[in-house]
Amino acid sequence: MNQPLVEVDGLSLRVSLAGQSIVRDVSFRIGAGEIVGIVGESGSGKTMVARSLMGLQPPAIAVSGGDIRFEGRSLRSLSARELRALRGARLGMVFQEPMTSLNPSMTIGRQLEEPLRLHTRLNAAARRGRILDILRRVGIHDPEGALTAFPHQFSGGMRQRIMLASAMLLRPSLLIADEPTTALDALVQREVLELMLEMVRGESTALLMISHDLPMVARYCDRIIVMRQGEIVEQGPVEEIISRPKHAYTRELLHSMPVRGPARAIAPTLEPVVEVRGLAVEYRVNAGLLARKAVKKALHGVDLAVRPGEIVALVGASGSGKTTLGRCIAGLVPASAGRILFGGEEIKPGSAAWRNYRLNCQMIFQDPFGSLDPRMKIADLVGEALRHERETTAAGKAERVRAILDEVGLDGRYLDRYPHELSGGQRQRVAIARAVIGRPRFVIADEAVSALDVTVRAKVLELIADLQRRYGFSCLFISHDLGVVEQLADRVVVMRDGAIVEEGSRDAVFDAPRSAYTRALLSAIPTLIRTETGVSLNWRFAAEAGAPAAALQ
Amino acid sequence: MKRHRQNRILGGVLLGGFLGAALVGLFWTPFDPMRIELRGKLQAPGAAHWLGTDEFGRDVLSRLMAAAGTSVSISLVTVLFAVLAGVTLGVVAGYARGWTDRVIMALNDALLAFPSMLLALALLSITGANMYGIILALGMAYTPSMVRVVRGSVLSLREREFIEVSRIMGNSAAYTMVRHILPNSLAPVIVLATSMFGSVLLTESALSFLGLGVPPPAPTWGNMLASARPHIAEAMWLGIFPGLCISLSLLGINLAGDAIRDRFDPRMRGL
Repeated sequence: MNQPLVEVDGLSLRVSLAGQSIVRDVSFRIGAGEIVGIVGESGSGKTMVARSLMGLQPPAIAVSGGDIRFEGRSLRSLSARELRALRGARLGMVFQEPMTSLNPSMTIGRQLEEPLRLHTRLNAAARRGRILDILRRVGIHDPEGALTAFPHQFSGGMRQRIMLASAMLLRPSLLIADEPTTALDALVQREVLELMLEMVRGESTALLMISHDLPMVARYCDRIIVMRQGEIVEQGPVEEIISRPKHAYTRELLHSMPVRGPARAIAPTLEPVVEVRGLAVEYRVNAGLLARKAVKKALHGVDLAVRPGEIVALVGASGSGKTTLGRCIAGLVPASAGRILFGGEEIKPGSAAWRNYRLNCQMIFQDPFGSLDPRMKIADLVGEALRHERETTAAGKAERVRAILDEVGLDGRYLDRYPHELSGGQRQRVAIARAVIGRPRFVIADEAVSALDVTVRAKVLELIADLQRRYGFSCLFISHDLGVVEQLADRVVVMRDGAIVEEGSRDAVFDAPRSAYTRALLSAIPTLIRTETGVSLNWRFAAEAGAPAAALQ
Repeated sequence: MKRHRQNRILGGVLLGGFLGAALVGLFWTPFDPMRIELRGKLQAPGAAHWLGTDEFGRDVLSRLMAAAGTSVSISLVTVLFAVLAGVTLGVVAGYARGWTDRVIMALNDALLAFPSMLLALALLSITGANMYGIILALGMAYTPSMVRVVRGSVLSLREREFIEVSRIMGNSAAYTMVRHILPNSLAPVIVLATSMFGSVLLTESALSFLGLGVPPPAPTWGNMLASARPHIAEAMWLGIFPGLCISLSLLGINLAGDAIRDRFDPRMRGL
């Protein structure tokens, strides 16, 4: 490695007005063609570092120290004009949100043509040729048709491919990818990532990948930089960071990655707490003013049983109907056919059994910001769940609220606070306390840990498992994250397109999946073995990984 | 930033001054606002009568103070009427959706189609021009815009997860509306209510000016302005002081209203 492509030297960023420091003394270098990952949780400053490489940090944030050199030239000394010439031509960027980073009112062809017009002197025919060529390479089936299509006509994965095409169009020497696949499903995520890797290797472009997902970065990068609260805590080759981390925070990150919990014995003969038979949900879609209303089926007759004390995980990609199933069981979405049984008795909204079911089936949502009433104090939020217990006195209720908050790790100081004064993890703890305080027999957790940072997620997962053991409620755990499911679940149900693809005990599904779809899903997550010093990652079904999509068609 | 601060102070002072004068006017005025003293009619402002006397020799300052009391209490009660009715209908329509929503909103939009002045005039011909009739007419004329605003914010609130959580906890629709929807939709209501206060005051003055307000001899700013018209050449002050009262109090209300809006809308804070 002679001259490094990018040298970041003691970079510090701060909010210009408040003077608050965001990034402190960050130094790293990226060689030509090297693939480097920056890993960190929210607030670690990883995105700000990546953006300042492009000179694209928000206007309120100023570089307060250090230097960034790109191909030996200091970016801080460049004029705005020179910087613009560099962006796009030599530096490419792929953002997290493919929905918002493409202009919705411009055709794909026009959008891809823009950088070519600005940075090259190619004529129209040559530009068109380049665009068609790159679209073909990112796997767009009908490149000619895509030229005149608009972004909304493509799926999220396809849009991210198009973003990648536009970033790679000018053959930059550095591609920055900021959480490039976080918004995508596991399967699509893998396809897009592998395509990205293939393309940067083909052009010997260097890649800087920003992500919160340590296993993913470890899988594809040569070198890892770990950041926390604006500082680099550790950097080095992947192997070293994963197997022999030096810094305590890196160890904590690795330790927070889910590992399979011990298998628990659930008596198979026990009568199910909740059972659904032939459950179907239909939506009526307004096709047009005079058109007949189209019926869209979100669930096609699903059977499912949850036994006492069992954690059943519902996994699947977005659009698989897993959330609809959970919401239908919770009574938030009316079923168009099928039955829900609670303790062997059929329940219907309005029936006598419904009331009992309503109090015994609680739910934890994904977004801890949205599921707490912003104008209520924590004590009132949790206490509200006890409103229907007429025998308990107000003092008794207050005592129970305090006890359950204590159990989820929030002491008396939090009773009088409002949700916005709490962090995301604390809020989710409040939501969990509220769900379990009434001792329900059944709890539905809909992506309950998906919005949380890795280390917080590990603690909240532990809390859920802990409470479940103590109170013995059954749990329907809905998640797209197979790693989390592997840690928590007793039984796993895989859904796709509104139907169940596979179900079985956790070990059976994870070790010997029967359906190709489950295998493809599993190939996206590593099995993790904790070693003395760190962890080792193994990728499942890596051999057949080549074309996960092909296995499904 | 500094201008904003000055504006707020000016608004507060103006509004506070008028509210204070109105409050005092309910109990005490320098002279009896109704006492006719034909010998001292059309006196220019002076030491005895600070703001002069009108065509019947009544003290203008006393009449303005009494009128402020009338106008402010009519406006307050009217806004209260519109808030209560508007919030109730808006929350019910927005939360229930379906046919309830359609019926409420169809009637509401029909009322909204008329200018509120015209609507108040039409309603006044039914209720008759007295204090209660005016409050009823103005209240009904101003309720529809409140319903619209409340329903809009309820529609977005009801899709939030904490509303679903409330359903899951087994709470009834009525409880959910009162406990969760209502407190969260109050910010726009308060903002709208302040600006409504100003326009109700103006509409009430206009109705009085047209002779459809509180019947004479009870004073209002509007009917004082109207009765000053024939004398505009010989006694300018008769028209100027009620006019100033109307415009300055409106200015005060609007400036104070801006401050309240900034207070409730975090996005406007710090501007």
